[in-house]
Amino acid sequence: METTVLTVKTTGSDAVIRSLKAEGVTTIFGYPGGAIMPIYDALFHHLEEVNHILVRHEQGAIHAAQGYARSSGKTGVVFSTSGPGATNLITGLADALIDSTPVVCITGQVASHLLGTDAFQESDVMGITMPVTKWNCQVTKAKDIAPTLTKAFYIASSGRPGPVLVDITKDAQFEAIDFHYEKCNSVRSYQSKPKLKLEQVQEAASLLNVAKKPLMLVGQGVMLSSAENELLTFAEKTGIPVASTLLGLGAFPANNPLFVGMVGMHGNFAPNVKTNECDVLLAIGMRFDDRVTGDVTRYARQAKVIHIDIDAAEINKIIKVDAPILADAKEALSVLTNLTENRTHSKWLNEFHQAKKEELQVLSTNRKKYFPDELRMDLVIDLLSQKTNGNAVVVTDVGQHQMMTAQFYQYNQTKSNVTSGGLGTMGFALPAAVGAKIANPEKQVVAIIGDGGFQMTLQELGTMMQNNIGVKIIILNNGYLGMVRQWQQLFFEKRYSFTDIQSPDFVALAASYNIKGQKVERLEDLNKALDKFLNTENAYLLEVKVSREDNVFPMVPTGASVAEIRMQ
Amino acid sequence: MDKTFTVSIFTENTIGMLNRITIIFTRRHLNIDSITASETEVKNVHRYTIVLRTSREQIDKVIGQIEKLIDVLKAFVHEDDEVVHQEIALYKIKTTHLKSNNVEQIIRENSAKILTVEPDFIIIEKTGHKAETKALFEKLKPFGILEFARSGRVAVTKPMKELSTYLKELELN
Ligand SMILES: Cc1ncc(C[n+]2csc(CCOP(=O)(O)OP(=O)(O)O)c2C)c(N)n1
Ligand SMILES: [Mg+2]
Repeated sequence: METTVLTVKTTGSDAVIRSLKAEGVTTIFGYPGGAIMPIYDALFHHLEEVNHILVRHEQGAIHAAQGYARSSGKTGVVFSTSGPGATNLITGLADALIDSTPVVCITGQVASHLLGTDAFQESDVMGITMPVTKWNCQVTKAKDIAPTLTKAFYIASSGRPGPVLVDITKDAQFEAIDFHYEKCNSVRSYQSKPKLKLEQVQEAASLLNVAKKPLMLVGQGVMLSSAENELLTFAEKTGIPVASTLLGLGAFPANNPLFVGMVGMHGNFAPNVKTNECDVLLAIGMRFDDRVTGDVTRYARQAKVIHIDIDAAEINKIIKVDAPILADAKEALSVLTNLTENRTHSKWLNEFHQAKKEELQVLSTNRKKYFPDELRMDLVIDLLSQKTNGNAVVVTDVGQHQMMTAQFYQYNQTKSNVTSGGLGTMGFALPAAVGAKIANPEKQVVAIIGDGGFQMTLQELGTMMQNNIGVKIIILNNGYLGMVRQWQQLFFEKRYSFTDIQSPDFVALAASYNIKGQKVERLEDLNKALDKFLNTENAYLLEVKVSREDNVFPMVPTGASVAEIRMQ
Repeated sequence: MDKTFTVSIFTENTIGMLNRITIIFTRRHLNIDSITASETEVKNVHRYTIVLRTSREQIDKVIGQIEKLIDVLKAFVHEDDEVVHQEIALYKIKTTHLKSNNVEQIIRENSAKILTVEPDFIIIEKTGHKAETKALFEKLKPFGILEFARSGRVAVTKPMKELSTYLKELELN
């Protein structure tokens, strides 16, 4: 919305709401308290245009805003009060920063004359949030509210997106001002979109045009720059196999024959091993996280590496790049498509598909051997994927169930994979799914959560109840903090130190929030239960008792090279 | 291999910049040898001059992360031969030592100067590289130094491109 609204006489707190409306905000996730009361009072007068979701904990508010942003591409908005309200946001801010999620948090703050005095519910929010935000700013004058908020939205959503926090003192909220809004389109000290250098793309194209075994590695950056179509066109023209990072899943349809799976610690066999066989590695909108590379000193040494990224600080940060392209992925890919030749790599591509078949065979044989006739995570996800045709928005928590979902769900739609990747925040999924459902009311939104992680933020069932949010929840209950238990089994001689975890009766718990559900304990009941689950109009909780000691494989153990991936 | 680097950072004049910059160093366990902050020839633009020892690879990554800060306009890294730099040191010694020929000679030989003479003490000032201010410290030490303070490095780069040119480039983008 390109707006310079006429000047209106009003207050700072009303200016907050008017600014949000000018930014096109329709949903706010939040929790009130003393220092933000004037803003909540102003909100009360705008409820026909702005929807506010009362969460049960501020961490839930920011994760919901993240889920909303990740599944829609729009900026998520959070309100919280000073002191504990603000400090409860920290985990979400850190999560949004590392996973490049656009979120604007507005926190109330004590009156400006009390700053620095240890006043009631005063905390140094600027100092605390500085390392976990893309930008933060404290406002003490009502006249600065509109310019700061428009800058906040611009910074959060442009370039490599990230969380921004604006802290507004209570006196600024009360102060009278003349409100008018001028949308921010640039900040002189911040270059949101680096200018594409044609020679960089030419260099990359010349490498790709002679490559015999090229491999593409796509990350979330493709979706953040809305480059899905450009990626598809480019891949189909050049015939290069496409592998994905955890956060990149969905950027390229899993049912496309060029898709070869996920890389990383629990990625597929072939894309990991072949990273160390390819002659040109084209990485797009990803950051060579250590969970992706394994031992960096033995990562893709034989390959010429091309890296497309919008963030200059990512180029050469982990991997020495032969041909960097500092640019927005959408622009870079469309130019690259023009400069590359029509090719196919059928023999090379076929090696991936062959290996994938063998991988699935080995995994399934091993599991059948150790857990005959048991309900297992992979079976649940596989069936869910089939029943939804890979078209649901799937929100996962952190642990074994997360990796199993990444492996067995066929993400065919963009922005359909919402998970905490960089920070690995347990408790992320339930609130994030609430946000995702609000952004996509017409879509099937499924949250897949472990018995451990569910107990970190289960209070958000209350948010679902009060706002009638139709999230479908699957709890994959193995009675363990499974991922940690797996490491104890593999690397600490089975000393299961505090990973055996008890749970309440989840179905009864859901019922107490007026949410329907059922528990499945036998393989033969799964099919029907999933149908019921998917066909229920409203929220539903399905608890599935799965094998207690199943492990996630393949696995690249810490410190190993991607070529040393283990199948058991 | 570790070397001494002078980092010059130009920023908007906003609150908290120093904190934003230093946490990037502390996260990587990099020890800052000295830091100075001042205005520049351009209104509302501030400069920070940071000196530290580290590797070229490490400092390049740090510069990338500093430039990523929203309010940083530009950051440069230079090795010692690419900058002209100075530090200032102040030494307080008892006035009675002035009577000694030695002190006068030391001040002359080191191109230092006396800033003030009080009944009890004198203040000597020396500008120069750290090695020079340190050498003077060693020479005055036998007389008993009552107080000593040395500033961080201030540095101006040898390449001729002006800050205002960079600012224009930024605004054009
Ligand atoms: C907030 C937080 N605390 C601790 C961890 C460490 N951790 C990673 S996975 C995991 C186990 C998760 O257990 P559960 O939710 O039951 O999922 P499962 O692995 O069993 O599928 C733990 C404790 C984390 N990632 N996040
Ligand atoms: Mg578990």
